[in-house]
Amino acid sequence: MSAHTKGSGGNGMKWVGRSIRRVEDPALVQGRGRFTGDLPAAHWVRFVRSANAAGTIRSISAPDGAMVITAADLKGVKKITPMLHKFEYRPVGQPILADGEVRFVGEAVAAVVAATEEEAEDIADLVEIDIEDAAPLVDSRAAIADGARQIHAEAPGNVILKGEAKTPGFDDVWASAAKIVRIDARSNRQNATPMEARAAHAAYDSVTGRVTLHCTTQMPHLMRTAIADCIGMPESELRVIAPDVGGGFGQKMSLCTEYVLVTWLARHLKSSVGWTEDRRENLIASFHSRDQYITLEGAFDKDAKLLALRADVLSNVGAYSCFPTTSGVEPLMAMAEMPGPYDVQQYQCLARGVLTNTCTMAAYRGVSRPVITFTLERLMDKAAKAFAIDPIDIRRNNLITTFPYKSATGLDYDEASYRQTMEMAVEAIDVPAFRTRQQAARAKGEYLGIGFATFSERTGYGSPAFAARGMAITPGWETVHVTVDPSGFVEARIGSSPHGQGLRTTLAQIIAEEIGVTPDMIKVVHGDTDTAPYGWGTFASRSLVISGGATLIASRKIRAKLLKIAGHMLEAAETDIVLEDGKAKVAGTDREVTIAAMAREAYTQTHRFKGEIEPGLSESGTYDPPGTFSNACHVAIVRLDPETGHVKLERYLVAEDAGRIINPMIADGQVHGGVVQGIGNALLEEIIYDESGAILTANLADYMPPTAHEVPPIELHHMETPSTQSVTKAKGLGEGGTIGPPAAIVNAINDALTPFNVEIDTIPATPQRIRALLRNAERAP
Amino acid sequence: MKPAPFVRHVPRSLDEALKILAEVAGDDGRILAGGQSLVPIMAFRLAKPAHLVDINEVEGLDKIADDGQTLTIGARVRHAAFHKPVTANPLGALLAYVARHIAHYPIRMRGTFCGSLAHADPSSEWCLTAATLDAVMIAKSVKGIREIKAASFFDGIMSTHLKEDELLAEVRLPLLPADAKFGFYEFSRRAGDFAMSASLVTYRLDGGKMTDARVGLGGAEASPRRIAEAEAQLNGKAPGDAAFRAAGEAASAAIEPLEDHQTDAAYRRDLVKVVVRRALEHSLK
Repeated sequence: MSAHTKGSGGNGMKWVGRSIRRVEDPALVQGRGRFTGDLPAAHWVRFVRSANAAGTIRSISAPDGAMVITAADLKGVKKITPMLHKFEYRPVGQPILADGEVRFVGEAVAAVVAATEEEAEDIADLVEIDIEDAAPLVDSRAAIADGARQIHAEAPGNVILKGEAKTPGFDDVWASAAKIVRIDARSNRQNATPMEARAAHAAYDSVTGRVTLHCTTQMPHLMRTAIADCIGMPESELRVIAPDVGGGFGQKMSLCTEYVLVTWLARHLKSSVGWTEDRRENLIASFHSRDQYITLEGAFDKDAKLLALRADVLSNVGAYSCFPTTSGVEPLMAMAEMPGPYDVQQYQCLARGVLTNTCTMAAYRGVSRPVITFTLERLMDKAAKAFAIDPIDIRRNNLITTFPYKSATGLDYDEASYRQTMEMAVEAIDVPAFRTRQQAARAKGEYLGIGFATFSERTGYGSPAFAARGMAITPGWETVHVTVDPSGFVEARIGSSPHGQGLRTTLAQIIAEEIGVTPDMIKVVHGDTDTAPYGWGTFASRSLVISGGATLIASRKIRAKLLKIAGHMLEAAETDIVLEDGKAKVAGTDREVTIAAMAREAYTQTHRFKGEIEPGLSESGTYDPPGTFSNACHVAIVRLDPETGHVKLERYLVAEDAGRIINPMIADGQVHGGVVQGIGNALLEEIIYDESGAILTANLADYMPPTAHEVPPIELHHMETPSTQSVTKAKGLGEGGTIGPPAAIVNAINDALTPFNVEIDTIPATPQRIRALLRNAERAP
Repeated sequence: MKPAPFVRHVPRSLDEALKILAEVAGDDGRILAGGQSLVPIMAFRLAKPAHLVDINEVEGLDKIADDGQTLTIGARVRHAAFHKPVTANPLGALLAYVARHIAHYPIRMRGTFCGSLAHADPSSEWCLTAATLDAVMIAKSVKGIREIKAASFFDGIMSTHLKEDELLAEVRLPLLPADAKFGFYEFSRRAGDFAMSASLVTYRLDGGKMTDARVGLGGAEASPRRIAEAEAQLNGKAPGDAAFRAAGEAASAAIEPLEDHQTDAAYRRDLVKVVVRRALEHSLK
């Protein structure tokens, strides 16, 4: 119940709860990682991309002798057409190369194939694409205006989906409110910016006719399924391998046209083909996120108790729909999870996804929650101001404290600590001392602010949650095969596809705990569709909960079998046997047998089992849980320079509850990384389009992730409320770090702005935006 | 993000370098020194020089010389050379302070002083320094030597009056009076980013009043320059808040602001007001 310590978690367990070192790191930090772009290829691809946001292709001319692939060459290759069976979803298809029409700047129109990347880029420079311009629609509000040009024939009014919710009795409760508080929030567009941009390498095997696709992806199995579908080939002829992956953050869970093209080319050329995306392409043409307008109103009674919420979510989903989540991923998550950690039973929402002439939206760490948490937490601060009470008190009045709790949107919240983590954060940050310092600073013309964000994070949800969205493809379950080999060493093959999350370490801890071996005896194998069981990869804060749960289930079966074998070998009752230190021991005696000996027996001496025990020592576990809610309170302290609008983060504190923590060091790392991305979201990162649909932020000087200079030390405090909805009692925490910062930081900025009587409700809260408010303020600095 | 094809020439002497430059100048030949600006824009294919004359092996261009009147900086002198003062004259401390604001450490180890001037980014700290201190540029070509004053050297965004076949062989900065004060301030969103406005100021005190005031401004207009209107607010006045604020206001009003997606004209004027005043405040620290 306090900040955790390194070493044993004090939970009576030997491996679970310990900060053992990550087995992943030695290769990565010594430059021995293996990435897709490291592979040699006979052919390299350079995509020629549209410089126009909207229009019709009149002609494509290529230099003589060059191999240039266009849509005309891809007859028979299906468009990517993701599907939702709910919410008035209009399926739209994305051709692998633009076919007749272009719909965003950066859309791939042609693929140049050459012997080297350099030659391919030289030739690409000479390819001329003649496009008859159409007037682009960049902003979602413009795209839904009356008479706006239709971007896809299938989606009238450019609305690709529309979700509506309203609880019975909403109108009466709304009418009874003492105060209605409103926010018009704007979240600008972001790119997940993984350190490794996208890359693919497909090699044709002339003996088997199979293609092996190495690619930087979060879900190798679904890539195999989807690419085989597009090309019209048996899945058995495609092997997908995710080698080391340099960050995904959701951007690499979507199918991209480029991977389909590279796979097709390897089959077409019967050779090997590579493509490595450059940073500019990644910024303009991979996937974007978070481009939303949300109007949120809260109805409060006279005691500042929240009675009802009314939301209007407008999500700019770009030019196409992403596979597999579809462009519902942001608006529908906003609709389902808007009420957050607050006890409010009346809710109305309209959530729309809007097609525009911009890069396609896809999931990015946190998905809609950084935006809805920002919106809701700004609303709570505005309400506190309207009622003239402390922002902490309004949260105390409204946070859910009784569990399980069914939300107004029908979600089941399991046991959590919304109130306790906030109190932990309030105490740790020492609010009274800060207020004193803030007053003293103001007297000197210096402006400090403090901001809070409390939120829940839905994690580890299985297939029913995705089915509730009406997805044609419902990820959810995971399978793990655990094998003790005849030497007594352990291998776990998993369908998840970790790429930085440390799952090879944490799953080994779960197995070690269950079967009484050391983690260094365990290898976790993933990322290759030929060797790993079918699974959904790593995304949505799911892997430790779901793959970890499947690992525990399989390990329990191994444990049961080891007890049987040991009982047989030691001629003892199974109930008298303990598994520890790589041995089975008969309690209270000196009789013992090693796991290696038992494993050898299980494979090579099975006749001794007399048919009572199955040969071999390999078990499978599958897990498809309902989902569990982590929670956290983030606190930011900022120093605002009112003359420049610059915001310096002085302090950042997180009190987090993600259930049982398997490895505290890895959990801390997840939160740290998430917070840094959240800081970018709050203050710095913004993809900016001009009116013509061109991107003004196509490099890392203009698109600004935070650097070490902009990130303060991050203080972490943990609570552990074991989940009843997760067999390991762990909750997910992959995204939580990213969710809190926009709310906490912008609330802190607004606290600092209080003397000037202006408020900012836009992220990122850039110095230009802050100065524009202050320049027109009553008391301009 | 691969550069277009080019031929790289590696001369060993200045004469050889100038000769090659004369040959390739008409064929889009460019000088390569530290490469910290040129190479990235080549990678983006915003620049596609057919020839690069790499001067990193040219003898004698790596010198810094102080003759008691002037500090002469050769074409191969890196930013990092100024991390510690290169002269006991106040100019040494000024250059050391300014140098620490240039990009990031690895870039300062490679990029060159003269290269920055030839590249002429409006935000460049060295271009601001040259403009403020009235540097003299020494341009050499096979045709001879040309001296160009800073005030007539810059020609807008990333453009100078250097001719295609000229190498900026050295830059001469006048030493400062021994009692000169200086101040510098720049604003950027992240540490090491291009300044959205920057100011360098120098002056002397005569009977408690400022004299010989120089107010340089960078990152705000297409080229860095001295702002006479701001200097006029300082000369003859006591250093302090009133004069410093007036100078900031005057500079803010005097400029033709650059505009981009993170800085509209009104915001640029806000920043100019602040950086000029804060540079002046820095001079008192």
